[in-house]
Amino acid sequence: MKITGAEILIESLKREGVKHIFGYPGGVVLNIFDLLYDDKDIQLILTRHEQGAVHAADGYARSTGKPGVVLVTSGPGATNTITGIATASMDSVPVIVFSGQVPTMLIGNDAFQEADIVGISRPCTKYNYLVKDVNDLSKIVREAFYIATTGRPGPVLIDLPKDVTSSKADFTWPEINIRSYNPTYEGNRWMIKQAAHLISKSKKVVIIAGGGCIISGASKEVKELAEMTMIPVTMTLMGLGTFPGTHELSLGMPGMHGTYYANKAIQESDLIVAIGMRFDDRVTGKVDAFAPNAKIIHIDIDPTSIRKNVRVDVPIVGDVKRVLMVLNKILKEEIKEQWDEVRKAWLKQIEAWKKERPLTYTYSEDIIKPQFVVEKIYELTKGDAIIATEVGQNQMWAAQFYKFDKPRMWLTSGGLGTMGYGFPAAIGAQIAHPNKLVIDIAGDGSIQMNIQELATAVVNKLPVKVAILNNHYLGMVRQWQELFYNERYSYSHLEVVPDFVKVAEAYGAVGFRATKPSEVEPVLREAFKIKKTVFMDFIVHWKEKVFPMVPAGAPIDHMIFEETKEKAEKKLRAVK
Amino acid sequence: MRHTITLLVENKFGVLSRIAGLFSGRGYNIESLSVGETIDPQISTMTIVTTGDDLIIEQITKQLNKLIDVIKVIDMTELDHVEREMVLIKVAPKPENKSEVLRIAEIFRGRIVDSSPRTYTIEVTGDEKKIEAIIDLLKPIGIKEFVRTGKIAIAREGTKNK
Repeated sequence: MKITGAEILIESLKREGVKHIFGYPGGVVLNIFDLLYDDKDIQLILTRHEQGAVHAADGYARSTGKPGVVLVTSGPGATNTITGIATASMDSVPVIVFSGQVPTMLIGNDAFQEADIVGISRPCTKYNYLVKDVNDLSKIVREAFYIATTGRPGPVLIDLPKDVTSSKADFTWPEINIRSYNPTYEGNRWMIKQAAHLISKSKKVVIIAGGGCIISGASKEVKELAEMTMIPVTMTLMGLGTFPGTHELSLGMPGMHGTYYANKAIQESDLIVAIGMRFDDRVTGKVDAFAPNAKIIHIDIDPTSIRKNVRVDVPIVGDVKRVLMVLNKILKEEIKEQWDEVRKAWLKQIEAWKKERPLTYTYSEDIIKPQFVVEKIYELTKGDAIIATEVGQNQMWAAQFYKFDKPRMWLTSGGLGTMGYGFPAAIGAQIAHPNKLVIDIAGDGSIQMNIQELATAVVNKLPVKVAILNNHYLGMVRQWQELFYNERYSYSHLEVVPDFVKVAEAYGAVGFRATKPSEVEPVLREAFKIKKTVFMDFIVHWKEKVFPMVPAGAPIDHMIFEETKEKAEKKLRAVK
Repeated sequence: MRHTITLLVENKFGVLSRIAGLFSGRGYNIESLSVGETIDPQISTMTIVTTGDDLIIEQITKQLNKLIDVIKVIDMTELDHVEREMVLIKVAPKPENKSEVLRIAEIFRGRIVDSSPRTYTIEVTGDEKKIEAIIDLLKPIGIKEFVRTGKIAIAREGTKNK
């Protein structure tokens, strides 16, 4: 029996196990939306902007490991997804975007709401399709899910001309065989052996775990490796949650706003075991001065990540989890080192660094310090919440002061650094985990970039909590201007910031405000109790900066720290 | 260093744009690019001449391999191979130089494929050096325009990596 393209699409999505789609209707996708109107298995979550839909699907995917699905119309509907797609692409998130397209015969005619979205999205998707024949549709959907979720995951876009959704074909569900796409999962055994020997021969070893560990589900293997061979673990922004942040071997995050001890350990190390990470410039700082004495073992599923930014001594292309399973086995059965003896001096040194410069801030009785808010959130949730962030200071404070013990609890735009990501991502995560506490740690600038999604949260009765660290500035920009541009705050002061309590209320959500440190905990407690969308407006100190900080282009052990009060006063006295 | 990279790609719409986009998006050079069908009409072959140090060439080949539509990437520079390129040169010599043009064409085993009262169009195939040599020789005599196909390359049978 022949069915329409729209019906084929819905059937294909069901076969892929799709329960939720994030989307926004429009002219050329009405055939599909009409079917969704009374579909019992698939729920469409109507966002208020297509960018929000993609971020929500992204948050859904990151928090579950399953692909997120988006459905939008042609032209502006499709172009509005680009920031979301680029965000997912940079962070290797499986998102599948279905965009409507004008009918095949009108393509190229500059028709109403026509955009060449396949051309526009080409550089920021893992792959994309224009479906020209309804007979190819189910195969393309199946391929798209396969490509998005295998190898190094990433977004895939499928462009659907209106006539393809209305013309008819038999439903088929062909097996996928893409001759030109064969990701490498098993690492080269000889290389893994080399790695094992290097680990046993080296004294000052540090593991850098990245987002690949989360994607691969390798937390257990990373922990096993670290504990067995007693190697301290630092996690990149994308890798947070791989290894317990509360573990004594955890060094927190490295890089530009990383901990002193993580950066010190990297710089002084004689071996780096880089797992599922790509030596981003925010991690390496000045590349030429990065870990000058270290050999590097680099495990990654994407061969292009290896030797892209830093020299590598032992490259291993493969799935992180599978490679680590082999590596751990070799270390356990063949190497059998007295690890505590080998690492004793190194771990002692690390402890000293931890004591020398712990991650800290100056508490104030009068003004709310943003770090204090994050700390309180951590304390009250006991680490058992899904934390989304926007981008900027809020993101860095959340990364520094919230200790992630488990993977897939941390949603942040690492690669692209997309302001406006966190709130819709939190909505997506809440859809996937209706009973979990989901919190977006935001800034007053970022939250305004997708604030319209309040409606999505309220309509769907999602108890997402948004903690706005409100300093009336684009804080990270302001921080750079203060430190490197002679305090010339060029267009980083927001001047008019809406009353977030009233905004929340206007949308039918709940709004709270805290202006004093003593109000922080009660506000958080109250917000976490209510089963509703809540905005919390924390009026924080505008001059607070994220420390430590490595200036752009400097080696990562050239760090700036918060000036202690005594130091500042000493300076003042010297001037007088 | 200059490398000749041969790709086998799916003969699908948009593939050329993906490859060209990869080079432009990552700031790699393309000196020449030629595309054609293979014995299997579903597969095309592309020959790209590019420059870069070893690390860049490594990235280029890895990035090309990563593209879903790319079936195989061969860096011909690593292999014993034959390269050819063709050029069509339209020469407008002064009357006294006409015979000189014909002589040069003959030396390079070129063919006159078009002639007019004022011009000759010469077709020459060969490796890059040969093509450049004839262009250099004809330049002082008066080249009106020339069109090059870009390089194509094929590995010699029975040879392994250098």
